[in-house]
Amino acid sequence: MTLVQVDGIFQSYGARPILERVNLSVAEGEFISIVGASGCGKSTFLRLLLDQERPTRGQITVDGQPLKGEPDRSRGIVFQRYSVFPHLSVRDNIVAAEGLRRPLGRLFGPARRAARARAEATLDRIGLAHVAGHYPAALSGGMQQRLAIAQALAAQPRILLLDEPFGALDPGTRDQMHGFLTELRAETRMTVFMVTHDLREAFKLGDRVIVFDKTRWDPHDPAAYGATITYDFDAKNGGIPYQLQEDQDGFPDPAPQPVA
Amino acid sequence: MRWINRYPGPAGRVALAALPFVLVGLAYAQASAARLADNPADRILPAPATLAATAWRLMTEPDRRSGSIEFWGDTVSSLSLLLAGVGIAGLIGLCLGLAIGLIPVVRAGLHGFVGVASMIPPLAILPILFITLGVGNAAKIALIAIGITPFLVRDLSARTLELPQEQIIKAQTLGASTLAVAVAVALPQILPRLIAALRLSLGPAWLFLIAAEAVASDSGLGYRVFLVRRFLAMDVILTYVAWITILAFLIDWGLARLSRWLFPWAEARG
Repeated sequence: MTLVQVDGIFQSYGARPILERVNLSVAEGEFISIVGASGCGKSTFLRLLLDQERPTRGQITVDGQPLKGEPDRSRGIVFQRYSVFPHLSVRDNIVAAEGLRRPLGRLFGPARRAARARAEATLDRIGLAHVAGHYPAALSGGMQQRLAIAQALAAQPRILLLDEPFGALDPGTRDQMHGFLTELRAETRMTVFMVTHDLREAFKLGDRVIVFDKTRWDPHDPAAYGATITYDFDAKNGGIPYQLQEDQDGFPDPAPQPVA
Repeated sequence: MRWINRYPGPAGRVALAALPFVLVGLAYAQASAARLADNPADRILPAPATLAATAWRLMTEPDRRSGSIEFWGDTVSSLSLLLAGVGIAGLIGLCLGLAIGLIPVVRAGLHGFVGVASMIPPLAILPILFITLGVGNAAKIALIAIGITPFLVRDLSARTLELPQEQIIKAQTLGASTLAVAVAVALPQILPRLIAALRLSLGPAWLFLIAAEAVASDSGLGYRVFLVRRFLAMDVILTYVAWITILAFLIDWGLARLSRWLFPWAEARG
């Protein structure tokens, strides 16, 4: 079943096109890795999915409904940095996932105690219980990202967006984080979009790996054209690209769709 | 070894910190002794012993006319005016700073206005305040508040804008409303900046207080200094100046300690 449908997205900043003719259809529970050269619009695409920005043309629907114009609880996000709140302890960062939706952004009394108990259980599970009272600045990069992911998941979003979440981590920590993310995903079955520069990571974690690139290129004006999805690899079954299957159907398309 | 790599030891640090104070004290004592040797009745640079005696007299002996000790009355009067002015300015600065920093509509409406308003020289409008609010305490509190509010608004709105956009977005994905972002995300992170900004604006606040007291008042530290100037009572003036300096320093130090105690995370971030 299709959860996210992207139809004919164009996005330009002023006269500079970033994305053009982006079409994509994503089923519920899929893990989409997004790769591409720097500046080819991967993060722009993620911001569009988050509804932090509106596309110049085209439409994104989630569950058949167009996006409303601002971020909300249905889509969680983890950035490479600044994802957790520095003024809250590790425990309260998890509690914030429940508290921020209240009018004053926090819980009081019994509700607060209950949320704290749940947060303790979460921290126990992700191995951060021993630093529950610390502030994020005292944590290593890997621990901060683990906290950021747990915080985003505590709001139980249907879609999780990850913008190079492990980009600043060392290889060992990154491998641990892959295991952590895979486990969480197996539990929640949520839909994930992950932007990454690491191809190995993209294929290891993703069900599909989509590549953003420019199909048209003017050597005298490199910024004249935007990027689109040029490849859509199936990373599940030995990496047979969808293109192969679609070519057999005689279905030429710069942004190929998976066969249902 | 390069000078940028040389660090004083603990004892050296104390000695270096004390050195300028000692030098200024010695220079004063020297100059005072020289003048008094020339003319024992000189009033411009009273001897350190005279200063100490005057300070003791001011702090302990009640005024013959009123029966109360003017020194402490002046202190309470000045401090309450200062506190009221700085408190009002801090509250306005915090609210407007948050609103301008977080809400684009408010920013579009007020950013330019605050920029222009902060260029009005506060002392130039002191006569207007005296005319409209009278020569009582209200005008002095208003002068302090008007004098430092624009700086606080500009500083705090800039600090709010500097909050990483990622945090604001993240809060929204956790369901936060505008009010929740302001109260639970921006406000706690701006409070240490508020204290830092208040520390910086204490200097101007004292300036405005003393200027207002000098022009029209019947008590206060600034009033007393300008009053005894007519009698060339340098011993009283110097005592008051030293006392004002000590008060200002203690307030500054107290705010720094308060910030470190209330916001340990701000220290950890470096």
